Amino acid sequence: MSPGKHDRILLAHGGGGRLSDELIRRHILPRLKNDALAELSDSAKLNLASNEICFTTDSYVVKPLFFNGGDIGKLAVCGTVNDLAVAGARPVALTLSLIIEEGFEFDLLDKIVDSVARTARQSNVEVVTGDTKTVEAGAADGIYINTAGVGVRMPGVDLGCEKIVPGDKIIINGTIGDHGLAIISQRKGIEFESQLQSDCAPLNGLTCGLLENTDGIRFMRDPTRGGLAATLNEISRSAELSIEISETDIPVNPIAQAAADMLGFDVLEIANEGKVVIVASGESADECLKMCRNHPLGGDARIIGQVVQTRDMPTVELITRIGGRRIVQMPYGRELPRIC
Amino acid sequence: MQKRMLEARKVIDSACEKLGRQINVMEVCGTHTVAIFRHGIKSILPAGLKLLSGPGCPVCVTDQSYIDTVLQFADREDCIVATYGDMIRVPGRGGSLETRQSKGDIEVVLSSEDALQLAKDNPEKKVIFVAVGFETTTPATAVAVMEADEQKIDNFYILSGHKLVVPAMRALLSAKNNSIDAFLCPGHVSVITGYGVFREIVEDFNRPCVVAGFEAMQIIEGLAEICRQLAEDKPELKSIYSAVVTEQGNTAARKIVAECFEPADGYWRGLGNIEKSTLRLREKYSKFDAVKQFNITETPSEEPKGCRCGEVLCGLIDPPQCGLFAMGCTPDEPVGACMVSAEGACSAWFKYCRKERREQ
Repeated sequence: MSPGKHDRILLAHGGGGRLSDELIRRHILPRLKNDALAELSDSAKLNLASNEICFTTDSYVVKPLFFNGGDIGKLAVCGTVNDLAVAGARPVALTLSLIIEEGFEFDLLDKIVDSVARTARQSNVEVVTGDTKTVEAGAADGIYINTAGVGVRMPGVDLGCEKIVPGDKIIINGTIGDHGLAIISQRKGIEFESQLQSDCAPLNGLTCGLLENTDGIRFMRDPTRGGLAATLNEISRSAELSIEISETDIPVNPIAQAAADMLGFDVLEIANEGKVVIVASGESADECLKMCRNHPLGGDARIIGQVVQTRDMPTVELITRIGGRRIVQMPYGRELPRIC
Repeated sequence: MQKRMLEARKVIDSACEKLGRQINVMEVCGTHTVAIFRHGIKSILPAGLKLLSGPGCPVCVTDQSYIDTVLQFADREDCIVATYGDMIRVPGRGGSLETRQSKGDIEVVLSSEDALQLAKDNPEKKVIFVAVGFETTTPATAVAVMEADEQKIDNFYILSGHKLVVPAMRALLSAKNNSIDAFLCPGHVSVITGYGVFREIVEDFNRPCVVAGFEAMQIIEGLAEICRQLAEDKPELKSIYSAVVTEQGNTAARKIVAECFEPADGYWRGLGNIEKSTLRLREKYSKFDAVKQFNITETPSEEPKGCRCGEVLCGLIDPPQCGLFAMGCTPDEPVGACMVSAEGACSAWFKYCRKERREQ
């Protein structure tokens, strides 16, 4: 069989020889076409508009590889783009490293790389360099992806928890828990009919728009693993201030809520992949909310709470629907495995 | 909701005032325990109404000797241990299933059907199903046993840790030092058993028993109903979960359970041996009974040193009164079962009431 006619990955596709070359030229390059990548040089050269660079990396091992609302390829772009976006950067370029299990179907690989390409275009970033490796059957679960991303800090933007003061408002751009619950609902064994969709989406369009139009934003973070509970606790701890949120104001899709209740999860602790927690000054919060709502990824945006003085130690407190109060802790339990 | 809340509060406040003493209401369902903490219900109740978390979490009431037996199976090369996820981290004398996971054959299952399937898929192994739970999970175990019998599966075994709620409630009320004024009865259990099973508690012990669902208002209205009965000194059996719970319950499920299981004496963590409080497989199905087939003798084991889970389960102390709470015993490194299970009282206190914890 000539190279390229295989329908599954062989170990030799990672061997650096002819098959590796075929893999890259047939399955990767045509999908991610751009000048920097086409050179296939050992390093990509980037011309950046500023020397204030943000740089991040993340690995993706989600299971299943394809889920309602996304797949590992889309996730691998969104996750890294979002880490740059919430840091106040405009994402510019990504790397793409694939670790593929022997026997993995090329059809699936093509779908995943197509998804990477589509999401990169949507996020206005280019995949400028990458790597492929193969491992023996059984040594990985299909495919793992690592992406690293470079972004340029937006002019005049300097976000940080130390800038947060009591009276600042907490905004979220939409319903929480959708990603984690969509994944778990599709897992073997817990499969149940559902219309749950991952919220996986690149946030840089929304965050860059906000940062261009208001200077009231103090800090942003994407509430991925550990969900809103983890992110708010991190913010509270770093800012050394307490946070009060109102259960009534937190947007939750009723189907997600029902799924979380059924599975015994707290929706506050479930991962999101297209959400951003924005801490905005009291004066600018309404304006930020309005801008969020005018963006396709912010239609359900809400102000969910505020930063308050800490009495003894920084705490995140939830005012429940019935007016009760309870602590929202940093999640400590076993995380749902491999949700991203 | 506002109006219902105000009405319920009025009833609760006036009962507290009229009785002029602390009212102690015990919930005996782990889902109620978590719901109470998650909704912040304690924070809006008057100081005179105290909620006690009783033996409602199946993991918490499972005696350590049972875990030790499970661990013995985990160490056997010819066995697969099939367990619900919440049992994985419960510590026995020699570690937990989690510590055996890399060595032994341990499978987390979501249903008894999954455990039976494991047996079918692995005919060369003996599959031991760690069957814990109250009346809610027993019917599923019974169905799996009957299916295994019909399909002549001979490598499927049940290690029954199934328990009955009412005998435990009787044991609690029979203890001299108990301070329980009433029970908020479990909604899930009642769906199967029917609320009629709690009548004997009202009649024999003169305590209100009110079945409620799990929404915040259901729980608060359940508490209001209890307070009303106490204030009027007319203990009654009542279900305010009427959309789901009937007096007779699910008769088909009860029939299946009765076909497979019979009540037997058994050990509860913290409560000791309680007469006819556990369920064992009937003689007819003894070939599926792991205890009989593997000659297991169950002897109660001592609580880990310093652990006061037993007193927590009896409502005698609140978790922060245990010396290990949040010090040597946390959800990450639990000593007692009430800290392991998400439905355990210690875990719920730790998770949702950090402020109260510090004040203790």
